[in-house]
Order: sequence, then C-alpha cells, then structure tokens
Amino acid sequence: MPSDRYLEVPLEEKQRLFDEVKADPRFHTYLYGCYECGICVAACPSARFYDFSPRKIAQAAAREDVELIYEQMNDDIWNCSQCFSCNRCPRQNSPGGLITVMREVAVNNGLRSMKEALAGYTRIIYKIMTTGTQVSPDMLQEDAFPDWGPQVKMVSENLDLWRRALPPETLHTTGLSWQVEERTMQELYAIWKLTGTLDMISEVDEGLHDIMEEIMDDALEDSGLSL
Amino acid sequence: MEPMEIPVVKGGTKVATSRVFERDPDTVRDEDLREAIWELGREGEWIVQPVPEPYYLAPTKYGRMKKIPLEHTWHHKSCGQCGHIPGYSTSIFWLNRLLGYDYFDPRDQTSCTAWNYYASATSNQVAQAAVAMRNFSAAYESGYFPLIHCGTSFGHYKEVRHELVHDANLRRQVRAIMDKLGRPFVMPEEIVHYSEWMYAVRDELKNRVQYDLSNITATVHPACHYYKLQTGDAIYDPEIYGGQRTAAVTGVVQTLGANVADYSSWYDCCGFGFRHILVQRDFTRSFATLRKIEVMKAEANPDVVLTHDTGCVTSLDKSQFAAQAHDRNVGVPVMSESQFAAIAVGAHPFRVAQLHWHSVDYRPLLSKMGIDPEKAWAEFQGDLDQIKSGQMEFMTWEHVL
Repeated sequence: MPSDRYLEVPLEEKQRLFDEVKADPRFHTYLYGCYECGICVAACPSARFYDFSPRKIAQAAAREDVELIYEQMNDDIWNCSQCFSCNRCPRQNSPGGLITVMREVAVNNGLRSMKEALAGYTRIIYKIMTTGTQVSPDMLQEDAFPDWGPQVKMVSENLDLWRRALPPETLHTTGLSWQVEERTMQELYAIWKLTGTLDMISEVDEGLHDIMEEIMDDALEDSGLSL
Repeated sequence: MEPMEIPVVKGGTKVATSRVFERDPDTVRDEDLREAIWELGREGEWIVQPVPEPYYLAPTKYGRMKKIPLEHTWHHKSCGQCGHIPGYSTSIFWLNRLLGYDYFDPRDQTSCTAWNYYASATSNQVAQAAVAMRNFSAAYESGYFPLIHCGTSFGHYKEVRHELVHDANLRRQVRAIMDKLGRPFVMPEEIVHYSEWMYAVRDELKNRVQYDLSNITATVHPACHYYKLQTGDAIYDPEIYGGQRTAAVTGVVQTLGANVADYSSWYDCCGFGFRHILVQRDFTRSFATLRKIEVMKAEANPDVVLTHDTGCVTSLDKSQFAAQAHDRNVGVPVMSESQFAAIAVGAHPFRVAQLHWHSVDYRPLLSKMGIDPEKAWAEFQGDLDQIKSGQMEFMTWEHVL
C-alpha cells in the first residue's frame, strides 16, 4: 500500500534523499533483493517492541518506493537496535546496514525526526568526538540512570577513590574511559574535520557544533598537523 | 514463559542429533579475506602486520583456522568496559600477567567510535575507516599486535576491513588521511577479539583453577557484533553446540569446569540498542529482562550469565533492577567470561574483577564458588583505606598478583 504520510513533502525531495542513500558505496552490498521470508523480522529485537519491520526496509529499498522510504526515514529507522541480527537473511541482505546509511542521510539533511531521536544524546556526541572515548566514569550519576538502582549512586559517591583502586595505570581517570594522549586526540580531531564528520553535527545541534569546532581548531593549531 | 523443548542435551551444549556437518573452507560462500590482504600488501597498497608468534590456531565458522596471538598484544580497550565495568578489562590484563604473556596497554588509542556511529550515525564510512586505521597504525608502530576488547569494535573493524579490501576509492581516501597524520597505512593479518584469546588459553587456565566449579551453572549470551557481522570470522568448534553456534565464551567456561546450560532465546540480542541504552532505556530494560534473563531463569536457572561484550554486560546487568520492582523473575549476576575466569584462577573479586561496579547481587555466586564475599570486601576496604590515607597512591599490579 502506498504511503499516505508526508504528502506535503514533494516527491522530488523524497527521490533526492533516496538517491543519497543509494549513492552510498555500501548500498549495493546491503541489498540483493528479498525473498519475503520474514526471517529478519523473527530475529529482530526492535520488531518485538515497536511497529518496526526490517523486511519492510529491505522491500521498500528493493522496490525503490521513495514515498515509503521517506516515511521510514522519519518514523522507523531510529527504532532499529543495530544489532545486525537481520544479517541472518538468506538473501544476504543487511537491513541494519541499510538503516545505518538511511540514518546518515537523515543526519546530513537535518530531518526533524532525527533531531527528536537524538534529543538528550548530544552530550554523548560531545564526549566521543572531543575525548575519543564514548562513556566516561563520571557519567554514572544517579539522576542520569535512576533505573539502574542504588549501585550507580555508590559508584558516583566513591568515583575518584574507586578509580584509583584499579590496577591498570591507564584507568585512573574519571572524565575519560582511559588516558588518551594529547596527540592522539589531535589526530582524531583531524579525522573529524577531514571527513566532514564535524560538519554533520551542525545539522544535529548548531551550538554543539560551534563549541566542538572551537575546541578542535585550537587543538589543531597547536598540533602542527597540516590539513 | 513456559519451559520448552530445545534441541540440545538438557543442561548442556551437545546437540541431540546424529547428523554431522562437514566444513570445507574452500567451498563456502563466505570469503576469506586473508589472501586479498596479503596481495594488497604485495602491491604496496598497505603494510600487513603479521600475527606474532607464538599463536594458536582456532577453527572458525566454515573451517578455516584463525591465528590467535598469545602475546605481544596491543590492547584496544573498550570505552564501555573501561568507563563503567572496569573489572572487565582489568581481568583481561591480569590474566595476561598471570600467564606471563607480554602485552601493551596503550594511551595512543581512541575508541573505535562505533557505539556512537550505531547510535546516532553522526559519522560516515571514510571517518570510521580512518579511526580504525589510525589505531591499527598506532599498534604497528608500537611493535605489538591489536587485540580488540569490545565486541562492537571487533565487528565494526571486520566490516571496515571488508570495505577497504573491496573499495580502492575508500582505500585512497583513508590513506590520504593517514598521510596527513604522518601515519603508516597498516592492516593487521587477522582481526582478533579478546574472547578468542581467552579460547586460545583456556587449557592453560584450566590447570590453574582454584575452586570446584562443577556445581556452577552459567548461561552464555553470544554477543551479536562478535558473530553476526562478517559471520565467517568467528570461532566455531565442532565439539561445542555441534559447531552450529560460536564457541567463544562457552568453550572457556566448560574447560574451566563449570556447566553451560542452554536456553531458547540464545540468538536474541541483549537489547542494548546503542542509542536506546542511553536515551530510550524502556526498550532495553524490556528486551533484556523479558527475552533474555527471564527465559534463562525459566529454562536453565543459572548462577551467572556470562558474555563477551561491553554492551551485553551492561544491558543484562543494569536492566534487572527496575524489573525487580515489577516482581519479574530476574536476579542473576552478569559478567564477562574474563572476570569469571580470572576469579576462578584466583583473582580477587574486588581488586581485580571489580564486581562492586555491577548491579545484581553477585555474592551468592561467590559463596557457591567457595569464596567468602564479606572477607574479600573487607580486604578491598583495607586497600581503599590505604589509598585514602596516602599509604598507597593507586592499586598496583604488584598488589594483586
């Protein structure tokens, strides 16, 4: 059944976004067709708890149904767990891989649903892009993880002491997962700049982008790296 | 959930069938990239870093033997392990030291950044490959061989390797970035996960087990990104699950003398979800408890859940607290097989395995293994007092070996 959602969005715009998805070099290795067997759905954790189907993702891409693909890019793709259980596909498709690409296009084009899905997540982007480690010990705070029980409070109250009670010398950190050399971070910043990754952040959160750009530019100026 | 019949011998990992499946690495559809990697090396596309000797040959899904380095390893740490479950990586390091294997714990290492990529897609193919190759070059320049701690890093790097082998344009783009960084362009001969190293040293560990584990029952959660990405490159042993599931973790736990019990939702993921675990945990909590922990409890009633990835330990452990409030059938400690193995061969449960970072009560497990958890905690508190008073600046390796 054709999608009757997002009728206000011109077909040309939907086609443009799908063309971006299809232009990704990985697209053709993630999609070979579809037997419509449903094995991917049976294996999919998100399909059990959301109105979500990896089979529909593969089928829509195979049919190049740009209306449905646009709907999925707004309403479905952020439900995916990215576990790649769907790689069990007997046709060798990777619906999870297609979704990775669709998400990238959603970020690059600043889709509203992308911003909603990543609301509250931007502190993680800041952490990984500026420190090179994704989750730090000092993120374990009672108010951030109330559903994890009182043990989180114990960690946060004893954090500095407990980190010093770790034998590996690299783990005596609270703001990073491990000690990362300054030069290593500078090289990571160079990668974000050279690959357009930092630019992508402006579509997610302009303010976050500006803060990170300043940090990275200052660090790169001191680094001697010629970009 | 009602108990159900599952096609393995009750309580074990032997498949209840007389059928035998022969594996022939020359006829499988899943390609072996190693020759292509060496060929690209011969053509000057990149430097191939060989697996250092001594190495162990482990069987993979379609029968090809994978080289697992025993020492001279460069430990590619995991942000989730080091940040929130630090006994995980500490146990890996401790086991290397116990066995006398030379290793390197680098500071010139970033995360693979794949947790963020799978959560938010705020990156791209070239950036992800460049992050991987920057880390590989750092390992090469140190003279040590990469050993990847995180299942997601391992799976993601296998994906990156596949893309780089098949896409000359991607290689050119990433190589240009490495040139700008002044880094060599290096591909390791094998991409190796720490749980493969654990599998390789399991017999060495068996000889050092300190406790009778025969009354301990574990359920194993195989980590999705270990074996569902680039599926052929993962350890499968015909002796374990008839070679139909990965032998990582299970092979180690059985060799140590504990029982591994089967359960029907073994293929399901843990519910981590990458984005979900951080900002949409209602999904993670529901999946981890309803599809994993409760099924394990109903079908196997394990003493412990063992797995081999960062996110799986986090999801399966932390999700149980809220479920207890709803009187769900939960309450099983969760840890990596590296922590379990370290404790089994004599590591301190708090100084090394750092179990106080875990949520579910692990004391019944320790007691059943023959360890007094109160005494061990008092010993650790003594260490903390020494650190607080300045008698000891940090916990040292000398203190825990």
